[in-house]
Amino acid sequence: MDKKVFTTPILKQNPITVLVLGICSALAVTVKLEPAIVMAISVTLVTGLSSFLISLIRKTIPNRIRIIVQLVVVAMFVILIEQILKAYVYDVSKQLSVYVGLIITNCIIMGRIEAFGLTEKPLPSLVDGLANGLGYGLILIVVAFFRELIGSGTLFGAQIIPQSWYVANGGAYLNNGLFIMPPMALILIGCLIWIQRSIQKEDK
Amino acid sequence: MESLNLFVKSIFVDNMIFAYFLGMCSFLAVSKNVKTAAGLGVAVIFVLGVTLPINYLLNKYLLSPGSLTWISPELANVDLSFLSFIIFIAVIASFVQLVEMVVEKFSPSLYSSLGIFLPLIAVNCAILGASLFMQQKAFATLGLATCYGLGSGVGWFLAIVSIAAIREKITYSNIPKPLQGLGITFIIAGLMAIAFMGFMGINF
Repeated sequence: MDKKVFTTPILKQNPITVLVLGICSALAVTVKLEPAIVMAISVTLVTGLSSFLISLIRKTIPNRIRIIVQLVVVAMFVILIEQILKAYVYDVSKQLSVYVGLIITNCIIMGRIEAFGLTEKPLPSLVDGLANGLGYGLILIVVAFFRELIGSGTLFGAQIIPQSWYVANGGAYLNNGLFIMPPMALILIGCLIWIQRSIQKEDK
Repeated sequence: MESLNLFVKSIFVDNMIFAYFLGMCSFLAVSKNVKTAAGLGVAVIFVLGVTLPINYLLNKYLLSPGSLTWISPELANVDLSFLSFIIFIAVIASFVQLVEMVVEKFSPSLYSSLGIFLPLIAVNCAILGASLFMQQKAFATLGLATCYGLGSGVGWFLAIVSIAAIREKITYSNIPKPLQGLGITFIIAGLMAIAFMGFMGINF
């Protein structure tokens, strides 16, 4: 098996910044780092496992109804993940609310199944799915890092900006509330795409 | 009055795209010109307006805890809500497939303009997202749920048509190379989201 199957999706063919798949949930769960990481892990697992399973049964799926079959397989894994999250990290699953369910319609998963799982052998499909999940998670974590640091002055809920800097304590610093609001997530991703495309052009 | 309030709110304040980032993938992919964007928007309004009431009834009489009492009182303790993802997505996917077949049979001209978008809609997060929000918000009546579905659809339509119009206008603008295409689209969407924040607090 090729090592490239694993490495390209993480940076060069990153599902979010290059292929622009799965943006929906990427933006909504990045207000804080903790839910972003939980989301990243869940998506990685679902992408890998569903790609693997679809690849196992790829020869028996009739072409006309393949979308429904894929959705059912993905929905099954998402239900498993949701129940596990509810059981072990209830607070985070409350914060993620409907976005756990929306992993089902995350375009990364369907995209990888369509582009890779349906034609390749199970093991490479598993690796490809996991790698795409990780590439997605990477962007999620970068965006969440900036949004939590600038928007609330914390990381993982721990205060990073010293308390004495704040206006309330006689300093001159204020949290930028806009970073918690939706628009800033869109603009941050826009900037990330900008940075990545400028770097990659230099490579070529 | 309550339903009008909900309708307007779901268009402007709880806009699917700018407040919840749902349906982002097709929002970015199909917004290159106004005509196709409007076609997809209409299809989304239609599918949302029909699947939401169906899912509402399913949720009320099948899925939520204690909802099976209409069969026999002994079933009051049954909670099938963990199945909701799979049921909702099955309803959406099969409905979309059904609509596709009906439209293809009876109106080939509509099919050729709308048909290509229909399979896309099955995996549009806005549709599943609206059903999941409907479950979370627990609307009192079927009418309210339908209003919410239609309102979200109209909001999505508004967002995609307006961004398509802006993208048509900026085709000849002088944008830095790495930012062209997707990067700038994200930033425009971010600015539009800031504009939509101005609607916050609308009430009748």
